[in-house]
Amino acid sequence: MCLSIPSQVVELHDDGNVTVDTMGVKRTVSCHLLDEALEIGDYVLIHIGFVMNKIDKAAALESLELYKEIVEKLEAEENA
Amino acid sequence: MAKPTQIQLSHGGGGREMAELIGKLFFDAFDNPILRKEEDAAALNLNGATAFTTDSFTVAPLFFQGGNIGKLAIAGTVNDLAMMGAEPQYLSCGFIIEEGFELEQLKTIVNSMAAELQKSGAKIVCGDTKVVPKGCADGLFINTTGVGRIVKPGISVSAIQPGDAVILSRDIGRHGAAILTAREGLELDSELTSDCATLWPVVERLIAANLDIHAMRDATRGGIAAVLNEWSKAANVGIDIEEKNIPVCDEVRGVCELYGFEPWDLANEGTFVIALPQQAAEAAVEIMLRFCGCQDATIIGTVSDAHAGKVVLQSPWGSKRYLELPQGELLPRIC
Amino acid sequence: MPELQLKQLYDGFRDPDTINELARQIKHLASQLTEPVYMMEVCGGHTHTIMKYGLPQLLPDNIHFIHGPGCPVCIMPKERIDQAAALASIDDVILVTLGDMIRVPGSQGSLAQFRAKGCDIRPVYQPLDALKIAQENPAKTVVFFAIGFETSTPMTAVLLEQAEKLGLDNLLFHINHVLVPPAIDAVMADPDTKVNAFIGPSHVSVITGSKIYQPTVDKYATPVVISGFEPVDVMQSILAIVKQKVAGRSELENQYQRAVSEQGNLVAQQKVDHFFEVRDSFRWRGLGPIPQSSLKLRAQYAHRDAEIRFAERLPVKEIDDHKACQCGDILRGKANPKDCKVFGRGCTPQTPLGSCMVSSEGACNAYYRYAGVE
Repeated sequence: MCLSIPSQVVELHDDGNVTVDTMGVKRTVSCHLLDEALEIGDYVLIHIGFVMNKIDKAAALESLELYKEIVEKLEAEENA
Repeated sequence: MAKPTQIQLSHGGGGREMAELIGKLFFDAFDNPILRKEEDAAALNLNGATAFTTDSFTVAPLFFQGGNIGKLAIAGTVNDLAMMGAEPQYLSCGFIIEEGFELEQLKTIVNSMAAELQKSGAKIVCGDTKVVPKGCADGLFINTTGVGRIVKPGISVSAIQPGDAVILSRDIGRHGAAILTAREGLELDSELTSDCATLWPVVERLIAANLDIHAMRDATRGGIAAVLNEWSKAANVGIDIEEKNIPVCDEVRGVCELYGFEPWDLANEGTFVIALPQQAAEAAVEIMLRFCGCQDATIIGTVSDAHAGKVVLQSPWGSKRYLELPQGELLPRIC
Repeated sequence: MPELQLKQLYDGFRDPDTINELARQIKHLASQLTEPVYMMEVCGGHTHTIMKYGLPQLLPDNIHFIHGPGCPVCIMPKERIDQAAALASIDDVILVTLGDMIRVPGSQGSLAQFRAKGCDIRPVYQPLDALKIAQENPAKTVVFFAIGFETSTPMTAVLLEQAEKLGLDNLLFHINHVLVPPAIDAVMADPDTKVNAFIGPSHVSVITGSKIYQPTVDKYATPVVISGFEPVDVMQSILAIVKQKVAGRSELENQYQRAVSEQGNLVAQQKVDHFFEVRDSFRWRGLGPIPQSSLKLRAQYAHRDAEIRFAERLPVKEIDDHKACQCGDILRGKANPKDCKVFGRGCTPQTPLGSCMVSSEGACNAYYRYAGVE
């Protein structure tokens, strides 16, 4: 029920709504719950037709970097 | 008086308008001597074991990326024959048309049917047309029934054996996802096309290669989840599937993320699964890879004698779960 | 900084190697635990992820999941579904609800069954679709049967805002929005509960901010780790819980940094506050009445409240689940689905007797479908 999925903003509309892309599937969603303007290329979370918030790119990259490190560390240990 | 551009009730009345519609549109498109005889029934010469199948098509919307109801109505029935190792030969075709349906659209659909027939060589040899008052049907429904000579006997779910390899012909879920994106109200936009296609050419080559095919099935409604579950129950075997081996294109993944679906529950219309002995599997995949629409063909799992009646999906990190039969109202009217 | 790709937001958080390595670290550290961890994931979306990705199979024996009351469809008491069916049965009423709701049986049948009988019931994927339905049917009364936790309430608030702005007088609301913190309190109020850690909801927290769980940490001295929805997120959160337990700490942590802030979405909170107030009490299927655990429309929007407009038509009789049903104990972590006498016998996903069997986010439903595969 609380399904909410990462998507990328690909088009801005005059009425304040945006078109987002989810792996090649595009749709227009409402921005009524945002107080900041979105830009093309932003990542957002979508829930039942609304943008819930902007995804913090730096935080996402930081997590991904951490995962890369722990996997690399493991591989290094295994190869040692 | 200008010719009507929409189907009228009189087009199904049995009189002059109906004769014209049938003569101009259907006979020209499906032209063959048996049909042209216009008898009450087609006279066929069938020898030996024959496969016989029927299917009705009510897809909404009628037109979608990668096909339309006409292409679907031919490919669907032809594929059912092919999956039994039968060469598709003769089809019947019944139209139920809603009053007011655009003639141009009907022409487009009929032409798609004619083009799709070319791919298997099957012929429409008899048919029926009904027009129902506005509101009594959703545009157009088509029924096709087909017969075909069984070229390779013995292909059956009961022939599936523990140890068999399970091959999937291509990436899954395209038809279901394409219909969903085409539906009014969802306002989705993507490049995704249905996999709708006639499978006889590739099946013909697999049969010609003399591979010991145990079972074949096209994964239509209910997706590969339904086929594999039907197989495991009917043959009383277990089926182990490697999740990472199942190809899924980005757009189908996108639709699944959006609506919380699983790709293996989504319908296909030109995707099939084969069970055959492990030692024949590589050869089968090699043949399939040469065909358009099968470039992703791959072995996705094996049949086992453990957990009979169940399909187990193994994740890339080693956890396992049952692959369930899809439940409930997934997508209304996909075929 | 490298550019982030959309695909990484999916695949990066489902990476098999990372999952395996986190599982290894959890196992390694769990050997130092002095007591077993019973962690409740409150959110049904987490239950779904945990079962779908088979995460319990990756954990050591002293770490247990307790699947909490976090699916809004599951916890809806039958009398509320009966009310939806009663609304749909009124002439010239169109009932609109999110898709998940229509399969769940009330005491008189599911909304899908009422639709088959001829009631005009329209499942939608997004609440704003109700606007169009109301605009296209000016002679009818359209009732939006609103469900969901804090995640989905702001979307109902926007629908209300739009209906007011457009003067759409034929759009009414039946509000069933529920709140996470009171449900946590209801679980912890039981002296016999085994729960000693929480995996905090992902998208509830996007709206509310992480701050709403501080009282939970303070009151019950349990770790709360807010987690993303993906399997790597959940595994990393479990590791964080085990670390806290081993170190004897009880803290609020936020694993889902990329989406959850301390304050949350303030616009959404303000809209929710504008239209809604807290009900005195709401009955949760499986848990019973919980004080101040749900929302209702504020008095100034009474003209849009279907519970007021159709008060005489709505059944109020409280419908309890089957006597043998143990959902209450399961939701509190006191019983396992397999302990229940009706589990898998009278109670299956096709014929659910209790809340935990109702949807794929419920504990019994997940057990029914996934257990026994190992």
